[in-house]
Amino acid sequence: MAELDLASFFLALLAGAIRVGTPFIFVSLGECLTEKSGRINLGLEGILITGAMSGYALACLTGSPWSGVFAAGCAGLLLGLLHGIVCSLPRVNDIAFGIALILFGTGLAFFLGKSFIQPQAPMLPAIMLGAWSDDERVRSALSINVLFFIGVALAVVLHWGLRSTRWGLMLRLVGEHAESAHALGYRPVLVRIGATATGGFLAGVGGAYLSLYYPGSWNEGLSSGQGLMAVALVIFARWQPLRCLWAALLFGAAGAIGPALQAVGISAGYYLFSAAPYILTLLVMFVTCRPNRTLNGAPGELSLTR
Amino acid sequence: MRALSLETIGVGKRFGSFRALDDVTLKVRAGSVHALLGENGAGKSTLVKGIVGYGPLDEGSILVGGREHVIGTPRDAHALGIGMVYQHFTVAPGLSVAENLVLARGELPWRLDWATEFERLNAFMARMPFRLDIQRAVSSLAAGEKQKLEILKQLYLDRRFVILDEPTSVLTPQEATEVLGLMRDLAHANELTVLMITHKFSEVTAFADDVSVLRRGRLVGSTCVSDTSPEELSAWMMGQSSSKASAVERKPVDDNLPSRLEIEHLDVPNDRGTLAVRRLSLSVRPGEIVGIAGISGNGQRELTEALLGQRKSVAGDIRINGQHYGATRIEMQREKVYSLPEEPLRNACIAGMTVAENLALRDYDRGELCRHGWRVDRRAIRARARQLIARFQVRPDDPERPIGTLSGGNVQRVVLARELTDDVAVMVVSNPVFGLDFASVELIHQRMQEARNRGAAILLLSEDLDELIELSDRILVIHDGQINFETTAATAERHELGRHMAGAGAGAMDLHS
Repeated sequence: MAELDLASFFLALLAGAIRVGTPFIFVSLGECLTEKSGRINLGLEGILITGAMSGYALACLTGSPWSGVFAAGCAGLLLGLLHGIVCSLPRVNDIAFGIALILFGTGLAFFLGKSFIQPQAPMLPAIMLGAWSDDERVRSALSINVLFFIGVALAVVLHWGLRSTRWGLMLRLVGEHAESAHALGYRPVLVRIGATATGGFLAGVGGAYLSLYYPGSWNEGLSSGQGLMAVALVIFARWQPLRCLWAALLFGAAGAIGPALQAVGISAGYYLFSAAPYILTLLVMFVTCRPNRTLNGAPGELSLTR
Repeated sequence: MRALSLETIGVGKRFGSFRALDDVTLKVRAGSVHALLGENGAGKSTLVKGIVGYGPLDEGSILVGGREHVIGTPRDAHALGIGMVYQHFTVAPGLSVAENLVLARGELPWRLDWATEFERLNAFMARMPFRLDIQRAVSSLAAGEKQKLEILKQLYLDRRFVILDEPTSVLTPQEATEVLGLMRDLAHANELTVLMITHKFSEVTAFADDVSVLRRGRLVGSTCVSDTSPEELSAWMMGQSSSKASAVERKPVDDNLPSRLEIEHLDVPNDRGTLAVRRLSLSVRPGEIVGIAGISGNGQRELTEALLGQRKSVAGDIRINGQHYGATRIEMQREKVYSLPEEPLRNACIAGMTVAENLALRDYDRGELCRHGWRVDRRAIRARARQLIARFQVRPDDPERPIGTLSGGNVQRVVLARELTDDVAVMVVSNPVFGLDFASVELIHQRMQEARNRGAAILLLSEDLDELIELSDRILVIHDGQINFETTAATAERHELGRHMAGAGAGAMDLHS
């Protein structure tokens, strides 16, 4: 039976990677976009939680999960906009304000979200790709949320867009060399505010996935640091959207090791395995960030690398 | 005939009560190369910034192609076909040559069709007198190639009047000759007009048709290059005060003395983890200045940082008086190692601390400044600061000012006052006069020579060949992290140095005696 167990373990791991990794895709693409413009937004953690709360609340109130997703995105957009504008003021450090935004976002979500812990919101639909199979495990593993496909498409579009559209080139120029962007008549500050706001929108959508699909409820421990891990993930992905996608799935898989083992009947060390994403983050940071080196591929204007 | 003529009539600009530019009337003929000479602060940058619209001028008018135009923004200047190549590169290193060129064009469609863009760019390159591979990342280009890209960008944008701001400061002599020669040929073919800011007389005589000199915001003179001489130009630039500071006599180096500073097979990594300095060996005797010539980015920064303890070497050894030297504070104090690093505000000062505190950074923990081995005597620090400020003519002469508020020349003087004490044994100097005015340059050079004559071993890293030839006893050339040439300063030939700076004779010479 060992062979079958291994197969179902990997099936569960794959399903888990997609299920756990989907919010990572959105948050990391948002962070990637922000960092490509030369800013770093640590506040995505706070945005993620605010997004989860507002998405859940709107879905509860309207009965439509998609309006929840939209509301989450808008909440993220507003917080991203706040980050973008405040960091454009002279002598504001984007990292320090990012940390403030984590606290603000979580605090705001806890405060406004108190009354939504009890009611049940409508969940986001999944696509049943496993309908052909009569194996229950295969069917549950292959029921994949629509947002995952949107995330994949978004990664591809961003990858293409950063290279082949006017806005992509402008964004990269601003992130690489604000001075020459200035010289060409662009307004780096506006570009950065726009990029941070868009990044916030994506992170907000990632938050809605958390509360409206998996784990699929609103509570205060929902995000557990995923917004911060996304920062590590973007560094790991060397600021490339397609690699962000793979990295998000890798982080998702790390988070799914525990449940996948449980699915094949091994429940020993469940809580140990749930620490896997954090350990992976530490490893990524340890391997990629050395004090006496700059990172290859990092946008030149990033305060992280200067 | 595409080249544009340009005239300024009585232009001026004020910053507060300071007149940076005063009634300057300048005529640049179409299809000529016009050199603009002047000391730092003479108003050259103010003038050209006014012409390209970065800092609009307050008074006077500008005639472009014989007609008066108001240039209020860079966009206005670009619309007229006026462009500028800056001293510092304005191409984005993370993007490719093609992306940089396309971005420069300004009006882009929302979607870029790279196949057609490549085709068009290649067609453009084919028409140019010099070429670059458009797919390469700018970060992989050498300094000369980046400078060419800057110029290609101007041509790509159809500029007909191009301003070059010290275009050769980052190039080898060969690259400089090539780039300026190309510009001159383009100008004489009536493709464009060139206005070139420079410090170097040799470039003026070799490449310019006309020359104008600014001093303290005023136009001193404007003439054909063939009608003037370097002597006249330098008299124009410096005014009456052109008398050189008293030359310090040069004591011959005693070859019998053992080397004081020795570097043996040193490997130093750069920020990316690859080796910037590779198996580098050299030695400096007491009473000797050893100059290291090289284009910036060939390992000079990493070598200096390794010598000053800012960076770890991964192999090889540094010895002072035969003993291993690890650049700790204790070793520096014992061996009397001092330094004038480049960008002193970043590498040798703490911008937020006062001048007095910065002056005490080397020895606040010793001797008179430190009572009973633990209490820092602020009064003594201030008193000594006053003396040093007076001796080194630091302006303003207030020891309590944060050093970050001083001008570059005065920051360098403070560092000089701290580092060039009476008992220097080893000194590491890196581009000490970069961006300083004549008076500061003279002072710094003079003090370095005095220290040499008192028996200090000085390692001088500089990108300025004139400085190296004037000060050094021996000159080494660094290329790609290795020393590939050595000569005595007395027999040094510029073109020979230049050839090696560009990489001739690659492969390390083992110069360790």
